Amino acid sequence: MIENVDLSLVDWSRAQFALTAMYHWIFVPLTLGLSFIIAITETIYVRTDRPEWKRLTRFWMTLFGINFAIGVATGIILEFEFGTNWSNYSWFVGDIFGAPLAIEGILAFFLESTFVAVMFFGWNKVSKKFHLASTWLVAIGANLSALWILVANAWMQNPVGMTFNPETARNEMTDFWAVLFNPVAVEKFLHTITSGFLLASVFVLGISCWFLLKNREVWLAKRSILVAGIFGLLSVLSVVFTGDSSARTLAELQPVKFAAFEGNYDGKHNAGLTVVGVLKDTGEKLGNKKINDFLFRIEIPGFLSVMTKGDRDAYVPGLKDLIYGTPDDPEIMPVTVKMERGKLAKDILDDYKRARMMNDREQVQNIMQFMRSERFIEENFRYFGYAFLNSPEDVIPDVRIAFYTFHLMVLLGFMFILIFVLALFFLFNDSLMKNRWFLRIAVVTIPLAYIASESGWVLAEMGRQPWIIQDLMPVTVAATKISPGSVITTFILFAALFTVLLVAEVSIMIRQIKSGPIH
Amino acid sequence: MTLLISHLFLQHYWWIIISLLAGLLAFLMFVQGGQSLICTLPRNELQKTIIINAMGRKWEFTFTTLVTFGGAFFASFPLFYATSFGGAYWVWITILFSFIIQAIAYEYRSKPANVLGKKTFDTFLFINGSLGPFLIGVAVATFFTGSLFSLNYLNQVTWATPWHGLEALTDGRNVALGITVFFLARTNGLLYIINSVEDSEITGKSVKKLVMNSISFLVFFLFFIISIIVSPGFAVDSLTGSVSLENFKYLHNFLQMPLVLILFLAGVVLVLYGLGTTLFKGSRKGIWFTGPGTVLTVFALFLIAGFNATAFYPSLYDLKSSLTIRNASSSLFTLKTMMYVSFIIPFVAGYIWYAWSAINKRKITEDELKGEGHVY
Ligand code: HDD
Ligand code: HEM
Ligand code: HEM
Repeated sequence: MIENVDLSLVDWSRAQFALTAMYHWIFVPLTLGLSFIIAITETIYVRTDRPEWKRLTRFWMTLFGINFAIGVATGIILEFEFGTNWSNYSWFVGDIFGAPLAIEGILAFFLESTFVAVMFFGWNKVSKKFHLASTWLVAIGANLSALWILVANAWMQNPVGMTFNPETARNEMTDFWAVLFNPVAVEKFLHTITSGFLLASVFVLGISCWFLLKNREVWLAKRSILVAGIFGLLSVLSVVFTGDSSARTLAELQPVKFAAFEGNYDGKHNAGLTVVGVLKDTGEKLGNKKINDFLFRIEIPGFLSVMTKGDRDAYVPGLKDLIYGTPDDPEIMPVTVKMERGKLAKDILDDYKRARMMNDREQVQNIMQFMRSERFIEENFRYFGYAFLNSPEDVIPDVRIAFYTFHLMVLLGFMFILIFVLALFFLFNDSLMKNRWFLRIAVVTIPLAYIASESGWVLAEMGRQPWIIQDLMPVTVAATKISPGSVITTFILFAALFTVLLVAEVSIMIRQIKSGPIH
Repeated sequence: MTLLISHLFLQHYWWIIISLLAGLLAFLMFVQGGQSLICTLPRNELQKTIIINAMGRKWEFTFTTLVTFGGAFFASFPLFYATSFGGAYWVWITILFSFIIQAIAYEYRSKPANVLGKKTFDTFLFINGSLGPFLIGVAVATFFTGSLFSLNYLNQVTWATPWHGLEALTDGRNVALGITVFFLARTNGLLYIINSVEDSEITGKSVKKLVMNSISFLVFFLFFIISIIVSPGFAVDSLTGSVSLENFKYLHNFLQMPLVLILFLAGVVLVLYGLGTTLFKGSRKGIWFTGPGTVLTVFALFLIAGFNATAFYPSLYDLKSSLTIRNASSSLFTLKTMMYVSFIIPFVAGYIWYAWSAINKRKITEDELKGEGHVY
C-alpha cells in the first residue's frame, strides 16, 4: 500500500498509542470494579438502613469520582487516535471497527455519564431506591463500554464476520453477530472485566488494611474487607479460569503469540509448561531476530501438551515450526508460502485497480468475480497482510516481552488468590489486627494489581506484532502519513500532560484517603 | 436497483443523524460558553463556584455527545473519519487537548492536594471553553470551504501542506464560523445561567453581558452565512460522481430543498425570540427557545453541506478526492445494522430527560451547594 514507509513514523505512532492506552488503562479497571463494589455496599445500606453503610459507600464513591474523571479524560484521546494516527487502518476496517465504537457511545457512555450525575448529586433529591438503581446502572454502563471496545479489539486479533470489497479497497461487515460473538471477544471481555473487579478489590482491601494499621475507622475497614474479600476471591478465580481459556484459544488462533509467551522455539511432543523462568540470549539468530534460551526454568512436564490438545503426547509447535513448517505437523503452512499467497492477492487487487483505471469493463468483471470466489478468499486474501512483509521472521514478536509479561501476570494471579483467602481467614478469625505483617502486605499489593493488569495488555498487544489486524494488515501499513516530527511532538505533549494529571490524581487520592470518610 | 436505493436511503438517514448530533453538540456547548465566562462574570469566589457548579452538572453530557458524534461518524462515514482526523491532524489534536484538560478540571479544582492549584484548573476550564468551540467551528467551516488533501487509489490520505489543518485559519470564512460558534456558546451559556441559577446579582450581570455576546454572535453568523451563499460550492454529478465548482451552490441547495430552508429559518427565529424575551421581557426561559433554535439551525446547515449532490468534505487541492455521503459511507450492511442501533436513541434521550428532571428540581443557590455532598 504505502510502499516506502518511514519506520520511525510507525514506531512513534505505536509509542503514542501505547502511551495513551496504557495511561487510560491505569484508571479503567478501577472504574470497572469499584462501581460494582459501591453498588453492593449501597445495596446493603438500603437493605439494612444503617447509616454507617451509607458513610462507607460515600467514602469509596469519592475515590471512584476522582478516578473516573481522569479515565474519561484519557479515553477521548484513544477514540480519535484511530483516525489521527492510524487513518489507513481506519479506512481499511472502518466499516466494521467503527460500529462497536459508535454503539459504545450510544449504549454505554450515556448510561454511565447520566447516572453518574444522579449518583453524585442525587443523594438528597431522589428516592433511595432510585439512587440505588442509578449506582447499579453506572456499574452496568461502565462494563458495557468495556464490552464494545473489547469487541473491537478482539476483531483485530481475530478478524471475523467480514469480506473484502475490491471496489472500495476495504473490508466490509457481513455478519454482526459473528463480530459480537467472536470467541476472542467473549474471552477478552470476561477476562478483562473480572481483572478489573480483582484490581478494585485489591485496592479496597489494601486501603482498608491501611486504616487498620493506623487503628482508624475500624468498623468501616472491616466491612470493606468483607465485601472486597468475597468479591475479590470470586473475581480472581474467574480471572484465572478465563485467562486459561484465553490461552487455549490463543494456541489455536494466534499460535505465534502463544509460542512467544511460552518462549518456545522448537516444537515438542510431551511439551512442558514453564512456571517461572529466566531467558538468556543465545547469540544465535532467526533471520534478524535474536534467539533466547532458558537460563533457568521450573516446568511441569507434559502439561503444555495436555493443556492445548488434552493429550500428553500431542505436538506443540514452536516458533521455528510456525515459520518454516515442520514434518511433525503438516498442517502448518510456512510463512514463505503465506507470503506468496498474500502477494498474489495484492497483485490481483492491483490488476483490478489498473483495469478500473483503463475502464476495461470485461476485465473488471472477471477479476471481481474471481475475487469474490470462496477459493480466492480462503487461499489468498486470508494472507493479504503477508504481502507486505520483507522476511518470514518478521512475524515473530518480541519474545522476552511476551514471556515476562505473561508469566508475571499468571504468578501474580495465583498470589492474589492467597491474599484474598488470608484476608477472609483473618477477618473471620478476628485476628486481622494481630497480623500486622499481613496488613502491610495487603497495602503493598495494590501496585502489583496494576502491574498485572498492564502486563496483560502489553502481552495481548505486543504479542500480536507485527499485525495491527492479524494476518491482514501489518502496522507498517496502517499509520497515517504525517511527519514523524508531528507525532513526536504530540507524544511528548501527551506524555507530559498525562504525567502531570496522574501526579495530581494520585496526590488528591492519597489526601482523600488520609482524611478518611466524612463524619 | 432496490439495493442502490436503500443504500442511498441509509446514507441520507445517517447524514441526518450526524447532522442532528452536530446540532445537539452545538447547543450543548453552552457548557463551554459558561466556562469561557468564569474570568469576567463572577464578582467573587463564591459566585464563581456557583457558576462552575451550574456548568459542572452538565459537562459530562456535552463530552459524551462529542464522543458519540465521533463514533457515529466513524461507523457511518469512515472515509471522512480517516481523512479528516488523519489529515487535519493539528486541529483535531488541539481540540482533543482542550477536552482532556476539561474532564479533570471540574472534579479536581477544589479538592485538597490537587498539586496544580485551583487557578490552573480554572484556566483549563477557560481554555476549553474558548478554544474548543472556536476550533470546532473552524473545522466545521471547512465542510463548506474545502481542505487541501488528496486520496490515492486505496483511499489513503495525503495532506498538501505541513500545517495539517491549521491552514484553515487563513480563510476568513472559517475563522468567522469559529468566532460565531464561540459567541453562540457564550450566549447559550449566559441564558443557561439566567435560567438555572438563583442569584439575582449573577443573573443581572448575565443579562447585561448577553447584549454584547449575542450581537457579536449575530454579526459573525450573518457574515458567515452570506459569504457561504455567495461562494462557489462543491457540486457532485450524480451520474459520474465527479465534483466541480458551482456558483451559488449553497443558495441553490436552500432553494431546491425548501424544507431545509424552513427549518433553518425556524431555527434562526427561535434563537432571536429566545434572545428577545430575555433582553426585552425579562424572561428567564430564553434558553428554551435558543436551545432548539440552535439545534435546528446547525442541523439545517449540515444538511445543506451534504445533501442535494454536494460534497460535504471537499478538497480544494484535488477536487476528485472530495468526500460525498455516497463515496465516504459504510457498506449497506453496516449502515443497516447501525440503523437498528439508532432506534435506541429515543430511549436514551428518554432516560436522560427523566434523570435530569429528577436532580434539577431545585435551582442552584448558595444554600443548595452547602447542603450537597458533592461540590466542584
Ligand atoms: C475494559 C474496558 C475499557 C477498555 C479496554 C477501554 N476503555 Fe475507554 N473507558 C472505559 C472502559 C474501557 C470505561 C470504564 O467505561 C471508562 C473509564 C473511566 C470512565 O469514565 O469510563 C472509559 C472512558 C472512555 C472514554 C470517555 C467516555 C465518556 O465520555 O464518558 C472514551 C472516549 C473511551 N473510553 C474510549 C476508549 C477507546 C477508544 C479505547 C481503545 C483503546 C478504550 N476506551 C479502551
Ligand atoms: C486499554 C488497554 C490497552 C492497552 C494498555 C493497550 C496497549 C497497547 C500497547 C502497549 C500497544 C503498543 C504495541 C506496540 O506497538 O508494540 C498498543 C497498540 C495498539 N492497540 Fe492497544 N491496548 C489497549 C487496548 C486496546 C484496545 C481496546 C484497542 C482497540 C480497540 C487497541 C488497539 C490498538 C492499536 C490500534 C494499536 C496500534 C497498532 C499496534 O501497535 O498494534 N488497544 N496497545
Ligand atoms: C492464572 C492467571 C492468568 C492467566 C492464565 C491469564 C492469561 C491471559 C492471556 C493468555 C492473555 C492474552 C490474551 C490475548 O492475547 O488475546 C491475557 C490478557 C490479559 N490479562 Fe491475564 N491471565 C491471568 C491473570 C491475570 C491477572 C491477575 C490480571 C490482572 C489483574 C490479568 C489481566 C489481563 C489483561 C488486562 C489482559 C488483556 C486483555 C485480554 O487480552 O484479555 N490477567 N491473560
